[in-house]
Amino acid sequence: MQPDISVKHLNKIYEDGFQALKDVNLEIYPGEIFALLGPNGAGKTTMISIICGIVNKSNGEVTAAGHDIVKNYRKAREAIGLVPQELNTDSFETVWDAVSFSRGLFGKAPKPAHIEKVLKDLSLWDKRNNRIMSLSGGMKRRVMIAKALSHEPRILFLDEPTAGVDVELRRDMWEMVRKLRENGTTIILTTHYIEEAEEMADRIGVIRQGQIILVEDKDTLMSKLGKKELRLQLQHKLDKVPGELTLEPIELSEDGYELIYTFDSQQQQAGVARLLRTLGDLGIEYRDLQTRESSLEEIFVGLVHE
Amino acid sequence: MNLYGVKAIYKFEMARMKRTIMQSVLSPVISTCLYFVVFGSAIGSRMGDIDGIDYGAYIIPGLLMLSLLMQSISNASFGIYMPKFSGTIYEVLSAPVSYAEIVLGYVGAAATKAVILGLIILATARLFVDYSVLHPVSMLAFLVLTAVTFSLFGFIIGIWADGFEKLQIVPMMIVTPLVFLGGTFYSIDMLPQVWQTISLFNPVVYLISGFRWAFYGVSDVHVGISVAMTLIFLAMCMTTVWWIFKTGYRLRS
Repeated sequence: MQPDISVKHLNKIYEDGFQALKDVNLEIYPGEIFALLGPNGAGKTTMISIICGIVNKSNGEVTAAGHDIVKNYRKAREAIGLVPQELNTDSFETVWDAVSFSRGLFGKAPKPAHIEKVLKDLSLWDKRNNRIMSLSGGMKRRVMIAKALSHEPRILFLDEPTAGVDVELRRDMWEMVRKLRENGTTIILTTHYIEEAEEMADRIGVIRQGQIILVEDKDTLMSKLGKKELRLQLQHKLDKVPGELTLEPIELSEDGYELIYTFDSQQQQAGVARLLRTLGDLGIEYRDLQTRESSLEEIFVGLVHE
Repeated sequence: MNLYGVKAIYKFEMARMKRTIMQSVLSPVISTCLYFVVFGSAIGSRMGDIDGIDYGAYIIPGLLMLSLLMQSISNASFGIYMPKFSGTIYEVLSAPVSYAEIVLGYVGAAATKAVILGLIILATARLFVDYSVLHPVSMLAFLVLTAVTFSLFGFIIGIWADGFEKLQIVPMMIVTPLVFLGGTFYSIDMLPQVWQTISLFNPVVYLISGFRWAFYGVSDVHVGISVAMTLIFLAMCMTTVWWIFKTGYRLRS
């Protein structure tokens, strides 16, 4: 399958000598939701800005929808919609005019029915004649999305789409993103909310100090790098981990009433069974047990701090 | 060519004119009318003719040129500076529009606004001063050429400026003095020889002189030189704009 976004050996060195991207290689396929994660200053926005034509690359090759972003920039950009991180909107325009302006700018003939649909989907229809300056931050964010969708792009970049929006709006946006994907739109999102990536993404890319350090299917990533934890609440306090268990990755809580056993999520439950058997043999009774899987956030923090 | 893109930018800029009609149209019309009242009707009635032309009528091309230059520069510089300032420039830079199309949209709108304003001022001048236009087609051509050239110049200033103060520096500190010293209120023939020579280094002399020729058939320098100087300035502005987009100067990092 031909990727919708292809990035090969991409480098970006700013005038002050700061290298924001170092030999980045990445392919994003049609119809997928790709989450690009990384700490502040990792290069996420620089990469998106290069693909969208806002920042010049230093070297490397980038294609969007099969078109080189420099040699065939018109075709490449026609395919892309961008929702930037900042709430950059014209204050004095009405919602309708601002969204219609975006469609025209991207070379599309007026299509009021499409603008109406986008505004209705984003619950902006009632505000269509309002000036943008009169809208709340959440509504302005919706206007940004409406502008990006106005020209019916097949690739949508969402750079921190839910930064500063309330929980309800965030859920609405997730729903909208899912609908777009169902219609075949390729979605690339950067986010600080790892929960967002965990909820929506098909694949995860992690960027650190300008380098892509990992690209993986989300489920595979969770199972490969995720950890599971078994917590046993003991009937009686222990002073230390019994010698028979010291070979296991096991810890005793500070109050001595809890044993915490950590194991790879890929690993079969043999370790757990062995642990429980050993505890039985040692006569250590427990009141309750709980297991939990590590979140994507914990995996992400582990990766970027390696 | 992305005609829809050009049209979108053009319409957006023209809509800004409608929203700010007091500032964009009424204010320059009123201030220019004050010049006509003071220098044309009041003081002008006590002054003799220049080159056989009534003083009130003589200053019309210069005053029109003053408004045209100021408005062309102001409209175009503000038009491109505001998206830079507010951050909405990202949309233009990421759109499938070429550099030429961006310039066509912004500069086209700025020049249109300046020409409309120029024509309103010309019509208003009739209320205060009696004048005629000897070469109407040339006058219109000069009007459009000057508006386009100085809108391009304003576009460059808008890209160069990194604050509102810089937007004002060139029109207020450079263009206004050049217009006043460029023969708006007098013929440079009236100056001592040394000042006549110095005046020839003022590019606005050629604009006003050419424009006055279109009105009354009289000029300080030959009309061909006026047109040539305007075209040279136009070419310089176009080259600068081409360089700006080629290098991404203050637009793309």
